[in-house]
Amino acid sequence: MTAPATNTAELDRAACERIYELMLTTQLADDTAREEAKAGRLQAAFYPVRGLEAVCAALGEVLRPDDQLVSTYRNLGDALAKGMPLPLILAELYGRATGVSKGKGGAMHLHHTPTGFMTTTGIVGSGLPIAVGLGLGAQLDASDRVVVTTFGDGATSIGAAHEAMNLAALWKLPVLFLCQNNQWGEHTPIAEYAGSTDLANRAAAYGMTAHRVDGFDLFATLQCLRGAVEDIRAGHGPVFVEAMTYRLTGHTGTADFSYVPADELAAAMQRDPAPNFRSWLLQSAGWSEDDVRAVKERTEQAVRDAFTAAQESPLPGPEELYTDVFATDLVTWEDR
Amino acid sequence: MTLAPPAPGAETATEEMTAAVAMNSALDAAMAADDKVILLGEDIADPIGGVFKVTKGLSSKYGTHRVRATPISEQAIVGTAIGLSMAGYRPVAEIMFFDFITVAMDQIVNHAAKLRYMSGGVTPAPITVRTSVGGSRFGAQHSQSLEAWFMHTPGIKVVMPSNPIDAKGLLASCVFDDDPCLFIEHLNLAYSNKAAVPLGDYRVPLGKAAVLRPGRDLTLITYGPTTGLVSAAAETLAGEGIEAEVIDLRTLMPLDLETVFDSVTRTRRAIVVHEATQFLGPGAEIAAQITEQLFGELLGPVLRVGARFTPVPFSSGLTNFPTPDRILSAARSLVRP
Ligand SMILES: Cc1ncc(C[n+]2csc(CCOP(=O)(O)OP(=O)(O)O)c2C)c(N)n1
Repeated sequence: MTAPATNTAELDRAACERIYELMLTTQLADDTAREEAKAGRLQAAFYPVRGLEAVCAALGEVLRPDDQLVSTYRNLGDALAKGMPLPLILAELYGRATGVSKGKGGAMHLHHTPTGFMTTTGIVGSGLPIAVGLGLGAQLDASDRVVVTTFGDGATSIGAAHEAMNLAALWKLPVLFLCQNNQWGEHTPIAEYAGSTDLANRAAAYGMTAHRVDGFDLFATLQCLRGAVEDIRAGHGPVFVEAMTYRLTGHTGTADFSYVPADELAAAMQRDPAPNFRSWLLQSAGWSEDDVRAVKERTEQAVRDAFTAAQESPLPGPEELYTDVFATDLVTWEDR
Repeated sequence: MTLAPPAPGAETATEEMTAAVAMNSALDAAMAADDKVILLGEDIADPIGGVFKVTKGLSSKYGTHRVRATPISEQAIVGTAIGLSMAGYRPVAEIMFFDFITVAMDQIVNHAAKLRYMSGGVTPAPITVRTSVGGSRFGAQHSQSLEAWFMHTPGIKVVMPSNPIDAKGLLASCVFDDDPCLFIEHLNLAYSNKAAVPLGDYRVPLGKAAVLRPGRDLTLITYGPTTGLVSAAAETLAGEGIEAEVIDLRTLMPLDLETVFDSVTRTRRAIVVHEATQFLGPGAEIAAQITEQLFGELLGPVLRVGARFTPVPFSSGLTNFPTPDRILSAARSLVRP
């Protein structure tokens, strides 16, 4: 378990722009979705990703389009990182026919195979075994694609997670277990639910490489994930990465989070990924105020447009109720 | 790749075999036809070839990369099958005993059964989960018939054969079906009776019941292990001048109510028999459906004979399963009240 050294030299102009745009899109869409939920216009359990922007941006940088991802309910950043179009995501949040899952999945269930976004689960820890299966598929195909599964720190308390890690290590599967450690499982801080809070260490015990990295540090995370993905692609088996962040908002879009210690939150806010990256662009990457403003304005516009389009899209028609239950629609004699 | 079933009426070579051997032959044919068919489960590789020997010889023939013995990890077995199916494979996962499916319930009920719908059709999970059930010789945690739980869950097909021929044909259909399928193997029928089973790729379509015996006085509806019991009861009843029609459902989802309604329209009396718990069991839905559709035709209430509402007892002095007497007295009470 090594924390890689920070390396800022590798980001060219295009990469900086991609990363800043992804972080900003995530932050803006997340903020707006929470406002919408609080105002009662978005009738969805929306799980904010604030705090994870750097981890998601780094993930997006190191994955190939044909790599696959299994995510969770806290999926906005993952989906954007994998390339899922924001309008499809937001329409799904609003349960619209134009959503990525025709409005039948909702905020917790995004699926988009063209970008390798294979599934998301609302059941804590359940994605890990499914990612293992996708990893086995890649291995059987003799493909060098990598399968990533993202999950929270709390998910490592679930049996399925441990079964999956054991199996992946046993069969040397090309799976990246990316723990987005935001220190909280709903209302419970990590120290109150885990005997050992060193999750990477636990994973290492299964016989796989495991790293712990500062998930607020884009460069450290980028380097760590890049190394992990290269290792996996080279056929060395699964890697566990524990990216240390903090949950900057409530558990859901509408949840109260006054229980979060104010000093901890304030310290974490100092490290808010998108604003920090903006400062770095200005101070160390030679960007001008105009440069960052240009990205910000176009991102804001895109997010606004996507929300408007989602809100104005039609709901699925009643005929959709019985489709997609089975491959061929079946008569169940229910409404004869 | 999906194979076409043999044309109806085509001459097929057959061989006498038990259901266990017939299921092995279905898996063998499927693996030979399509290298995307992958088996997963505890102890399924040779030399043991599965604790019930259903996969015997297959790892030697197709390699341990395709017949994969797993750790004791039911959630991982089913979850891995789901992921594999998303990667374009046709996984067949073995859960040693039906009871252990409770450990993997999340993966089956929340994931396999729901993915097609939740994704708007984008990521279906066409897996087959094979499991065994049967008898009481293992006690209450190794004998439960839990099929009603899965019939109650939209998105998964439920199949339970009653004889070696169907065991082969239905299993092959499950493997190549585009939906998740739960295939339930009853241990009594897996080893005792032999039948002439077609060799090669043989399919029995899902969702089609079989009329095992025609009759005009009442319809006995059953599936799986009670099929033999019910056929024997029909024989006895015939000796008393009561002609019972016997329907083997074969598939519980999709449920072939067409065949059931057609029969009950003629016989005007029906009894559903199964080894699953009678209270809230599959028979409850079938009886309700018949009553709703054919109320005006019926000459009496639709009766059910299922397991008593107890855990499956171990002692041979106790049984909660339907007995021949219970089936016969239900039939007599209905026809000669
Ligand atoms: C099996 C299961 N138990 C409980 C829940 C309710 N639940 C939803 S999110 C959550 C907290 C999970 O914490 P963590 O894994 O750290 O992820 P985070 O939400 O912090 O990203 C809980 C308990 C659930 N969805 N699934």
